[in-house]
Parts: sequence; C-alpha cells; structure tokens
Amino acid sequence: MSTMTYADRQVDVDVDGFMTDPSQWNEEVATAIATEAGITELTDRHWLVVNFMRARYLESGSAPSIRTLGKASGVPIRELYELFPKGPAKLAAKIAGIPKPRGCI
Amino acid sequence: MKRIVIIGGGTGGTLVANRLRRHTSTDELQITVVDRDDRHVYQPGLLFVPFGLERPEHIVRSRRAQLHDGIDFRLAEVDRIALDQDAVHLADDTTLDYDALVIAAGASLRYEETEGLRGPGWGESVFSFYSVEDATALRDALASFDHGRLVVNFVDLPIKCPVAPLEFCFLADWFLRERGVRERVEITLATPLDAAFTKPVAAGRLGGMLAERKIALETEFATGRVDGVGGRLVSWDEREVPFDLAVVIPPHGGPSFVGRSPGLGDELDFVDVDIHTLRSKAAPNVFAIGDAASLPTSKAGSATHFEGEALCANVERVLGGEEPEGSYDGHVNCFIESGFHKALLIDFNYEVEPLPGRYPEAHVGPLPLLRESRLNHLGKLAFQPLYWHVLLPGHEIPGVGAQMSMAGRQAPDREGGDQ
Repeated sequence: MSTMTYADRQVDVDVDGFMTDPSQWNEEVATAIATEAGITELTDRHWLVVNFMRARYLESGSAPSIRTLGKASGVPIRELYELFPKGPAKLAAKIAGIPKPRGCI
Repeated sequence: MKRIVIIGGGTGGTLVANRLRRHTSTDELQITVVDRDDRHVYQPGLLFVPFGLERPEHIVRSRRAQLHDGIDFRLAEVDRIALDQDAVHLADDTTLDYDALVIAAGASLRYEETEGLRGPGWGESVFSFYSVEDATALRDALASFDHGRLVVNFVDLPIKCPVAPLEFCFLADWFLRERGVRERVEITLATPLDAAFTKPVAAGRLGGMLAERKIALETEFATGRVDGVGGRLVSWDEREVPFDLAVVIPPHGGPSFVGRSPGLGDELDFVDVDIHTLRSKAAPNVFAIGDAASLPTSKAGSATHFEGEALCANVERVLGGEEPEGSYDGHVNCFIESGFHKALLIDFNYEVEPLPGRYPEAHVGPLPLLRESRLNHLGKLAFQPLYWHVLLPGHEIPGVGAQMSMAGRQAPDREGGDQ
C-alpha cells in the first residue's frame, strides 16, 4: 500500500496503482490517472464506461468483467478496446478509482 | 398442501428435492422437478473422456431414477417465470403454480457469443469438452494427434469448474508423454486471467506446475474470435495464438428462461440471489442453487452440495411463513487432477483463499491441500459413487461439513503484498 498524488489530492493505491478507497476519487483525479495511462482526453464515451464501472462497484462490491461491460454499459467490446487500449476492464477500473478487478470464481 | 417447483434435475435440483422429500410428508408438500431431458450427466467425468480415461455412457444416468418416491418428474422446457403470479410457464403453454420455486437449472454454454467458435473448423481443429458430445468428439481427435500446437482456452469467467482448463493441460501433458509424442507437441494455456488461477497462493503453485511441465501460459488473453481455418485464436487487442488443435471452453450464461423472466437475473442470466440465504432478490419465495445462481464462488458440484443445507432450511422456513436463516459461506472444494495418478485438493470460501493444510480434519487429513498426492487422486475417483449414492439422495458425506473450517490452515506469506 502506498499513496499517489493526482490533481493535488493524495490517494491510497495498491502495488499496481489501483485506488483502494473509492471515496478519495473525483473527476479531476480520474482525468489525471487517465493522462498518466496515455489517454489524453476522456470523452463522453469514456465517462459512460467509467461511471458505469464505478456505480456497479459501489452497488455490488465487485467490478464488472469486459463481457458484462459489453452487454450492459452501452459500449460494445470492440469500442471498449479502442477507448481503453489493451485491457478495458482494468484500465477503466483504475480511472474509476475502484480496486483492481479480480476474476470472480 | 404447499407446492414446490424445482427447475432442473441435476446436482442441486436432485439433492434439494430428495432432502425436502425426506423432511416433509407427501400430505404437506408436493414436490415437482422439471427438466427438459432425462439425462443426468456426472459432469466431473467429462474431463476424463477426451483422454479415454472415462467412457461417455458411464457418466450419464436417468434424472428420474435419482429422485425419491413421492417426487413428480416433469419433462418440459421452461419458457419463463411469472414472479407476480407465482407460476412457471412451460413451452407447451401449460403452467405450474408454486408456493416456493427453486431454480437449479445450471449454466448454459454460449458458443454463439464467441465469433467463429462453432464456425469452419469446428469438429476438425476446434473442440471443447463441456458436454458429452463435445468431449467425445475431442477424444476421437486426440487419439490421432501426435504433433503440433495444442491450445487450451477459456473465453471468460465464470465457467463451470474453473480449474478444469488447468486439469486439461496437466492430463494432456501426461497423455502425450504416455504415448511418447510429448516432445512433438507444444501446449499453451491461453487465459483471460493475469495468472494461472484467480486466487494468489493457488495461482503461484499451479503456475509452477505448468512451468515444470513446459506448458506455456498466455495471460490476459481475451478471445475475440476463433479462426478455425487459419488455425489461430485472436484476442480483442489483436494478439494471436496459433494452433493445430484448439480446445475452447465457451462463455457461460445462466438458464435462458431467466433472461425471459424480467427482474430475475443479471446480464448473463444468472439468478440474482443473496449470497448467504440463496434467496432471489426479486421475489421472497424464489431461490437458486448451484451454477444457475450469481454467487461469487466456483461453479462446482461441491459448492452446490454445501449450498443445499442452507437452501433447504430456508425453503422450509419461507413455506412456514418465516424469514430465511440458513447461511451459506461460499465453501467449495475441488480436486485438481495433475496426471500420473495424482491430484491436488483445494478448499476455500467467500473470505478465505485456497491455502495449504489438511482435509477434512486439520493436521490429520488424510488429504493434503494444495499439494499433489496419489491419495487426492484416489479421493477424486472415490467421489463418483459417493455422488450418486450419498450426495444426490441428499445425505451428508461423513466428516465433510457444509461450513469451511480454518483449523490447521497455513496462512500465506504476504511479503509480495495482496497480489
């Protein structure tokens, strides 16, 4: 456990840089994390996914998988990979300020 | 007289029906089990079929024959549940009214969700093993497979028995060694996970076992499509894994009638239930057990078995006008076949990941946890008769409690952080 500073705000993060306390998050923090990950601008489509991710985590305690995102967020899987290259579920979770998604078994 | 309808005559539906029948007289409670066929498959046996270690006909029995006297068995397809009418609508336009409903219809295999999976090349270079038919076709293909690239992949979690892809790799390694062609075959496990398994301590141990066997691990591989003609799996981020023989486990969903019953399930059609009481969040007299439920634990027969105790207690309480009390803790245990007549055993619940130790008695065992042993393999083999004769009739397996015990578990070394 360590801390990072995004948009002048100190937040707790795990070894992979995922925030561990979602209450420390705000939209400026999200923008700063996105910039660090190479996403220069968060569009409405990015926010749709980030907000869905966050709402689902706060409601259920776990982050949705890519497949669930593709079915329920309103953004198809192919576009998810364009918005959040490489790993949409992980990257969107990181920007949404929620803990690292774990494969649920 | 109260009426209970149980959808599904597999592991969960059968043990719940039998258990409730023993607890209640036929004057008090009418029990009806609905299923669309009369073939009860011992699903753990499917893993062995491709390697000729189990005969397909040996793992299928009549569903009806597993049900005690005094239980009605109805062969029918379910169209949907009308939660507001307490009624199950069948595809033949008849309805079954219930005072309590238990959904035990298992998971469905959603081949169609993965582009190309059952397209050109299916049954020639692309196979699966989660049904008797698929496992049998794969057996015939493996019998003559003596060189090339064997790729094992599961598209997404959840799947039934999440350790099965690993077991398949271990058994394939053994099978090919026995036939003297292992050096001519490359084996790769392509997984959507970032490690060999979801739970850290077990992932470390199992990852080591793959490396020892020279089985390559392709992590974070989210299969976008299967190109059977070109012989490659293509991920959503455009990575490719080439194959000569691919074994692809399709994404799973819940029973399709759940999707046709508004409010009952999640996006994947698994029934949304309270993870402890197993009661539906949509209706107070509806429950789900086993693979059909949206529980954050393994989809496995052992989980279903352990859920049975809490579920039956809760159904009886609700029928009696009381609130559910029985509480399932997420307990599951799985044998992991590792080939060469050995297996590992893992035991865990919602809170505690699989750890080394002994099972079922702390320190005494006799079965070692998270370690290969011949005894675990014998345990796996011994389980099949127990399944038909003890578990399905709704009895307890002596010494095996529904709740997990932490006694004697070796806490993990946390130096690497909570990875």
